[in-house]
Amino acid sequence: MKTSLRDHLKRGSVAGLATMGATALLLTGCGAPPEAGGPTATATDYTGCIVSDSGGFDDQSFNQSSYEGLKKAEAELGIKVNQVESKTNNDFEPNLRAMVTAGCDLTVTVGFLLGDATKEQATANPDSHFAIVDFNYETPISNVKPIVYDTAQAAFLAGYLAAGTTKTGTVATFGGVNIPTVTIFMDGYADGVKYYNEQKGTDVKVLGWDKAAQDGSFTGDFEKQDVGKQLTQNFLDQGADIVMPVAGPVGKGAGAALNEAKAAGKDVKLIWVDSDGFLTAPEYKDIMLSSVMKQMGDAVENVVKEDVAGNFSNTPYVGTLANDGVRLAPFHDFDSQVPAELKSELDQLKKDIVDGKLKVESEASPKA
Amino acid sequence: MTEKHPHKHAAEQPDGKSHEASPSEEETSAAVTLDTAGGAMGPSAVPVTAQGGQLPGGPDTLVRKIFTGSGMVSVLAVLLALILGGLLIASTDRQVGTTAGYLFARPTDFLSAVWNAATRSYIALFQGSVFNPRGSSLAGQFAPLMETLTIATPLITAGLGVALAFRAGLFNIGAQGQIIMAGILAAWVGFALHLPMGLHLLLVLVAGIIGGAVWGGLVGLLKARTGAHEVILTIMFNYIALYFLRYLLNTPAFQRPGESNPISPILDPSAVYPQIFGSQYRLHLGFVLAIAATVLVWWLLNRSTVGFEFRAVGANPKAAQTAGINVSRSTILVMAIAGALAGLSGVAQVAGTEKVLTDGVAATYGFDAITVALLGRSTPWGTFAAGLLFGAFRAGAVQMQIQTGTPIDIVLVVQSLIVLFIAAPPLVRAVFGLNPRRRKPASAGRSQKAATTGGAA
Repeated sequence: MKTSLRDHLKRGSVAGLATMGATALLLTGCGAPPEAGGPTATATDYTGCIVSDSGGFDDQSFNQSSYEGLKKAEAELGIKVNQVESKTNNDFEPNLRAMVTAGCDLTVTVGFLLGDATKEQATANPDSHFAIVDFNYETPISNVKPIVYDTAQAAFLAGYLAAGTTKTGTVATFGGVNIPTVTIFMDGYADGVKYYNEQKGTDVKVLGWDKAAQDGSFTGDFEKQDVGKQLTQNFLDQGADIVMPVAGPVGKGAGAALNEAKAAGKDVKLIWVDSDGFLTAPEYKDIMLSSVMKQMGDAVENVVKEDVAGNFSNTPYVGTLANDGVRLAPFHDFDSQVPAELKSELDQLKKDIVDGKLKVESEASPKA
Repeated sequence: MTEKHPHKHAAEQPDGKSHEASPSEEETSAAVTLDTAGGAMGPSAVPVTAQGGQLPGGPDTLVRKIFTGSGMVSVLAVLLALILGGLLIASTDRQVGTTAGYLFARPTDFLSAVWNAATRSYIALFQGSVFNPRGSSLAGQFAPLMETLTIATPLITAGLGVALAFRAGLFNIGAQGQIIMAGILAAWVGFALHLPMGLHLLLVLVAGIIGGAVWGGLVGLLKARTGAHEVILTIMFNYIALYFLRYLLNTPAFQRPGESNPISPILDPSAVYPQIFGSQYRLHLGFVLAIAATVLVWWLLNRSTVGFEFRAVGANPKAAQTAGINVSRSTILVMAIAGALAGLSGVAQVAGTEKVLTDGVAATYGFDAITVALLGRSTPWGTFAAGLLFGAFRAGAVQMQIQTGTPIDIVLVVQSLIVLFIAAPPLVRAVFGLNPRRRKPASAGRSQKAATTGGAA
């Protein structure tokens, strides 16, 4: 009895599924077939490749920016692109090896964790070219171009902006993991606030980072958004009204906490990092004061262009305010709320940093 | 993703530990288990216990069944997972999407696109894991196989640890933490000490094994002394190990001089495994040790007194105690050995492939090991074979991603599907039409009785 009932049920569900599937096909499968045509030809047989670290190409951070840079080169130069994501640190070497075997002219690797693997493959394949984002070797390798950023310069401006905008006299920042590419943001930010205090005689406090001790608040990884939300909540409870998360996707946790605070009537603001958050994280654009941008896509694109033109060099590319490799994003919706005086001060500061009149220093700054 | 499996089993575990039910109660509960789990299943031709090479008389819990199901189910589960994975690949393929748009105008286009998408990916998977006909020389053609063996090495040893613990009735989810602790110790010996060739590697190996054994043994000790559940203990120990590693990597002692990235110095050349077939392959001595470990575990389980005690405790701890076996001692010992086996994986990582210590040193091997042991039905050679299969998946996934653009995640989906199907043998049998026909209702009562005795005898 039970069996037959079960059979009925089984048959029933199978029939149901089949009907659903057939309906779906009916609804979608009525188009006309295309005419036969030749495939589009690629303009060159140059192949640009990229290997991500475990963040993957959708990390809203350096993997994604670098990947987009390569895709832009694909669209503009007609090169071929090969990409491979690493799921764990164990994948680096096989991935990189596979890229070289697949005949990549230039392979872009992302992050310091890939430093050793890139070095090994570069040494073993002196005819292939490599570029590594956010890492520099102590002794240069002839076929590896490091792409690094003096992010502290742009973060300095963000700190100054935050100090000039805060209503509560307290601003905050936190990082994903305590590594140089993260702390360089926090160093610059803290210094910017400090500079503002010196210039204006104010006492704006920075939560989440102590530059002297090189220690502060970290979420522990670049994944747990809830931890970022919790940290931001703590900062808000301690009186902060502007937060700069330096933690890739975890920044969304900060955005969520700030959005909630805003809905509760608090006047809070967010400073995004890496890309212009107003465009890449539009769900927070109501609170997006500005962003500290690292133009990694542009740098990757340029390296590809140079290599295609036969001008590869292993001189490190250092993104600075001077070459627009790092910069402060436009204020967008907040444009009217930032006083003209503060804007002109920021312009002046940028000029001073570019001219070298004002030195922004961080332990994590690229030594080149 | 793999982290989720343990919880599922954990939830099913509780009745596996208390065996105080009277025989009749046990019989009823076993019948119920059979009926609910098996449903349409008739009595198995071979007793479940015999299929896994188990001691007779073991309680027939669901977890036990999952871990020791028939080899056929394992093979079919893999097959089914591959088929579903192929459909998934096809469904995300652009060509398939395009042709689906004019399915009725030219259905052959659609079908061939589905076929092409799936086969292209699997051919790439095969070429990336076993044999690549486009390699320049014979050495290049077999490079993928070597890569498979390399990746399989830590999977096999950690899988053996999980399998061994399971045979003693312990559900060891702690391989991840054991690998990490082994990795920390082995790596430290490898880069901080500078010793002559041979001796250095030996010390690295010993340090790693001790690290894993202590971390596993602690769990055994806590369980034996306080009765704390090993699933909870091992999960927590994983966290402790991971955060301890992250803490260490933020201290100068574990960083490279002049740098503050959380990455250790490279291990001394004298501290790393020699490569078996020369420097063009990554395959290292660790694989030989993995084979040796498999033989050792086989011998331990099937030929030694200690192994007999493990299996007796696993089958029924109360009965084992009554028979004069020291259950506490067995628990501690088996966890220590399981830890030592996972420790071998840690050494394979730092001294074999990575040669540095980062916070990703264990990758997901500790959790994959549970799947490997599961697929291998907790037998040493089954685990070995399952480790090879998963190594092939991992190695081939790289090639698949490069050649066909199939995301590497598809391999994780296939792995997860395998676990799902192994956990539901009736489903697999039903799909392949292997379910024995149920007898008429009149004889059902008798056949159930037979199933009970068949399963538990």
